[in-house]
Parts: sequence; structure tokens; C-alpha cells
Amino acid sequence: MKHLLFYLTLFISQVCVGAEYISEQAFIRQSFDNAPVMKSIWLKGDRQEVAKEMLGHRYPALRLRYWMDGAKSAWIMNEVGKEKPITIGVTIEGNKIERVSILAYRESRGGEVRHPYFTEQFVGAGLKPNADLGKPVDGIAGATLSVRAVTNISRFALYLSESTLGELAVGQISP
Amino acid sequence: MYFRKSSRHRLLKCWLLGFFVCSTSSVMAAAPDMEEIWRTVQMQSKKIEQLENQLTESQNRLLEAQQRLNTASDAHAISIKNQSVIAATREELEATIESVELAMEQDNIADRNTTLGGYGELHYNNLDKGSAVDFHRYVLFLNHQFADNLNFYSELEVEHSIAGEGKVGEVELEQAFVQWDYNQSHNLKFGLFLVPLGILNETHEPDTFYGVERNSIEKNIIPATWWEAGVGFNGELAPGWGYDVAVHSGLNLDADNASASKRSSIRSARQKVGKATAENFAATARLSFSGVPGLRVSAAFQRQTDLTQGDDDDVGVTGIGANLYEFDLQFQRDMFAVRALYAKWDIDSDINQLNLGADEQVGWYVEPSVKLNPKLGFFARYGSYDLLASDSASASEKKQLDVGLNFWVHPRVVVKLDYQKQDNENGTDNDGFNIGMGYSF
Repeated sequence: MKHLLFYLTLFISQVCVGAEYISEQAFIRQSFDNAPVMKSIWLKGDRQEVAKEMLGHRYPALRLRYWMDGAKSAWIMNEVGKEKPITIGVTIEGNKIERVSILAYRESRGGEVRHPYFTEQFVGAGLKPNADLGKPVDGIAGATLSVRAVTNISRFALYLSESTLGELAVGQISP
Repeated sequence: MYFRKSSRHRLLKCWLLGFFVCSTSSVMAAAPDMEEIWRTVQMQSKKIEQLENQLTESQNRLLEAQQRLNTASDAHAISIKNQSVIAATREELEATIESVELAMEQDNIADRNTTLGGYGELHYNNLDKGSAVDFHRYVLFLNHQFADNLNFYSELEVEHSIAGEGKVGEVELEQAFVQWDYNQSHNLKFGLFLVPLGILNETHEPDTFYGVERNSIEKNIIPATWWEAGVGFNGELAPGWGYDVAVHSGLNLDADNASASKRSSIRSARQKVGKATAENFAATARLSFSGVPGLRVSAAFQRQTDLTQGDDDDVGVTGIGANLYEFDLQFQRDMFAVRALYAKWDIDSDINQLNLGADEQVGWYVEPSVKLNPKLGFFARYGSYDLLASDSASASEKKQLDVGLNFWVHPRVVVKLDYQKQDNENGTDNDGFNIGMGYSF
């Protein structure tokens, strides 16, 4: 009986709500040494066309917020794996991925994609001319759709980063 | 005050007289003539005219300047008003965009509480035992999110296209359970769910595996697809270490079937939670490791307390307990991948009264594959299974080699082609080829 009560207490103490692993603010703090500037980018024209190519659909937003400090930028986007959105953070510096973090995971299976042993595969990856990632990413059995979602968002973040940096270089950005 | 009034008058008279004399003499000496006076008048008139012109011009300039000043003042006022309008419009635009984005988000992502999905597969089999075309599975998923941590999942399937009395197909409820994510790493589910065993039993959308048909080993030994009603926990013990524990309804052998192979068939013992006899329950546990990218290794154990459900068929055989041991591996590195599975039933020997040799049923396979690009992959699979493995004289082992390809038209739409060579120990080989298409969404 004592054991039963102990395990019951342990069980109840473990109960909590939600599947947020890291907050947006914490992700931004981890991504930058200095306080970054928050900007937003309009997802129009070519950008939505690229979204359709990389994600298989238009990104469901008119604008996208991102954070920038020098050549480093951080992006937070949602992408559905099988049924529910996965909130994915991608930090990019010099057109290479510096960090991929899963901020929230809501699917019933495939949550292993949040672990560093998976996300660290993206570090250093750039975007190849054919829009593939510059380095291979090994999947997780049983989490194919979640792996695909994280990979595609990483590619799209790389594209957006290159796109905004290019506009900054010619002074065309309209935050 | 020293002078009297009369004295002061006399003095004033003398001063005026002197002044008049002097003045009169001076005027009379410089008096101008009329012409000179006229010229002077003319000059003064011109000067007055010039001054008047200058005054008019100045007044005009002043008026003009005044008008300009008024115009500038009006423009300034308009500018201030325009800025105010622009600011208000910008605020309204911002509010509109935020509203649209919120609606898009609610519609597309975060608050999509009820979701619909599904998969399906059409097969053409050209084998020694005959040819057939079959819309093998048409499946709909309907899920609902009650709260962030409470979800309902369901799967309804039509098998072989048509169902009903005397028809070849079936309508089956394969999943209908509520999952409570009581912790970020642990879940509790209750209802009707897929038994956590093998590779295909829980993940069997056609775009996720090679081969037109599901492999014979998981079909006959696991037996996929297999669902039961009960309660289960699953989650992660540590990063990469997953577990499943479930207590659920049990199998029920078709012990009075005229066919011996049917009497001992684990696949035929699935009750599918349709008025299922529940005299004896079963339990399943699985431990998985996926802590290395591309790798998943699982070991599972299941205990069936009585495969006859207390002699449900009244054949005089009861209390047949059984254990299932199952191991599987999935590994992918770059373009190469391999799957392997081993499963074995260790059943109480009383089952041999129903079919000799059925107390051991075992199977395994190995499936290497190579995916040349995201669209095209090739595979080979070799395996065997034996449903009467403990009877060496039964000639019941079946060995099968499959080779083929998957062509993904879209990441979730696949066309498949394979050739199978099935060598049966009893001599009834079944070779041929299969073509199929499948999708999931």
C-alpha cells in the first residue's frame, strides 16, 4: 500500500500540461550573445512559391517575424508533421545553420526529433543550389513525417535568411 | 518776478517790431517767380507719384506674401492631417493583418482541433495461385483534440472495397482511443489501440514501407494489423529510450474450426474487439532505443493468459497460455537502410491438441534497401516463417524472397512493383509479381 501511494504521488507530481520544451524567449536568448533586433518579412511573391516547393504548401502567414544581429538570424516557424504543428526554431549565421531547436511538439508519435542527437545533425548545413540541405540528415524510424517537417523548415529558414541578407546588402529590406 | 506786468509788455513789443523789420527785408530780397514755383510743384508731383507707385508695389508684394503664407499654413495643416490619417490607416492595416494572420493560424495550424487523414492502397497480384486486383485498404483517420494534452484518435477501414453479408471485404474500427499526455514525456491511452509490436503494426501507411503487400512474417506471426481494447502507458525513460506497457483484451483461438491450421492460427485468433470474449486478458511491454540518428532497436514481450478464453468454443481444451518474443531493428544511413525482425510464439503444449506443432510459431526477415533519390528506392527482402515449428515433420516452413522498387510520385504517394519467390516446404510455391499504388495524408 505504501508503495502504491508512493507511485501514485510520483505519478500525480509528474502531471503537467502542454508539450512546450523551450519558450520563444529562451530560444532567442540562447541564439544570440547580444540583444537582437526583431524584424518581420512579408511572405509574398517568390517567397510563397519557394515555400510551396520546399514545404509542399504555402506558408500560412502573411508576414514572418525573425530576429537579427549582424549576419546572424533566428527564425521560428510551425509545420505540421502528420496532424499537429511542430514549432521549430532555426538559427543561421553566414548562411549555415547554427542551431535547430524544437520549441513545441504536439504529434502523438515521433517526439524524438526534439533531442540533440537528432537536431545536431543540422549544424553547419547550408542550402545547395537544388534547394536540398548541404549535408545528409538521418531520420528516425517511425517519425518520418516529423523528420521531414524539421528538415523542410530548416531549408526554408536558410532560404529566407539568404533572401533577407541579400536585400539588406542592396538596401531593399522593408521591415 | 523782478519785473512788473507793464514792463514785460513793453519789452515784448520791442522784440516783435525788430523781428518784423528784419524778416521783411530778407523776403523781399529772394522771392521766386511763378515758373520756378511751377517747376517745383511739377517735381514734387512726380515724386509723389513715384512714391505712390512704390507704395502700391509694396502693398501688392505684401499681399502676395500674405497669400503665400496663408497657402503654406493651409498646406502644413493638411500635412498634419494627412499624417494623422496615415497613422490611423496604418494602425487599421496592422490590426487587419493581425486578424487575418490569427484566422490563418487558427484555420491552418494551432487550433485545428478536429483533423481528418487517411491512406489507401490498390494492389494487382499476379501469382501462381491466381491473379487479382484489389483495393485492399481504404482508411480514414478522424482525430479530435479536447485539450492540449488530451486527444482522441480513430481509424476506420474498409478492406477489399466492399463489405456485407457474403462479401469479401470488411468494415473495421482499427483504432479509437483517448490519449492523455499527462507529462511531456509520458502518455496514458485507453480505448481501442494498435498493439505496440513489430515494425508495421503501428506504422503501416503504404508510403512508409517497401513491397506491395505487407510482409508475410509480420502478417502471420505478429499478426499485423492487430488491435485490442485496454489501457496503456508509453513515453520516454531517457532521451532515446522509449517504452510501452499495455494491458488489453486477449486472443481467442478458433478452436472448433474444421481446418487445423485455422484452429491454431494466431492471426485468426484476433477478436477485433467485436463482442470479444474477455475471460482472460493479455499484457504487452516494449522497450525501444532510438538514441542514434537513423537507428531504432526494439524488444517486446507479450503474455497471453489463455488463448482459448476459458474454452470459449467448448472443445475441451483450455488454459493455453502463450508468450510472444519480438525483436526488430531499423537503421538508415544516407541512402542505405535495413530492416530486420524476429518474432516467436512460445505456446503451451496443449495447443498441439488443436494442431500438432503449433506450440512454436516463429518467423524472421531482413530487408536491405537503397534510396537513390527522394523519389526512387530499391529493396530486397528475405525471410521465413513457420506456424508449426515444433513439428519437424510438418513441412510447414515458408521461405520468401522479394525484390522490387518504390517510386514516390509525391512524398506521400507511391507506386510499387515487386517480384516474389515463395518456396514452401510442402511444395506449394507461390511465385509472381505485384503492382500497387498507395497514398496517405
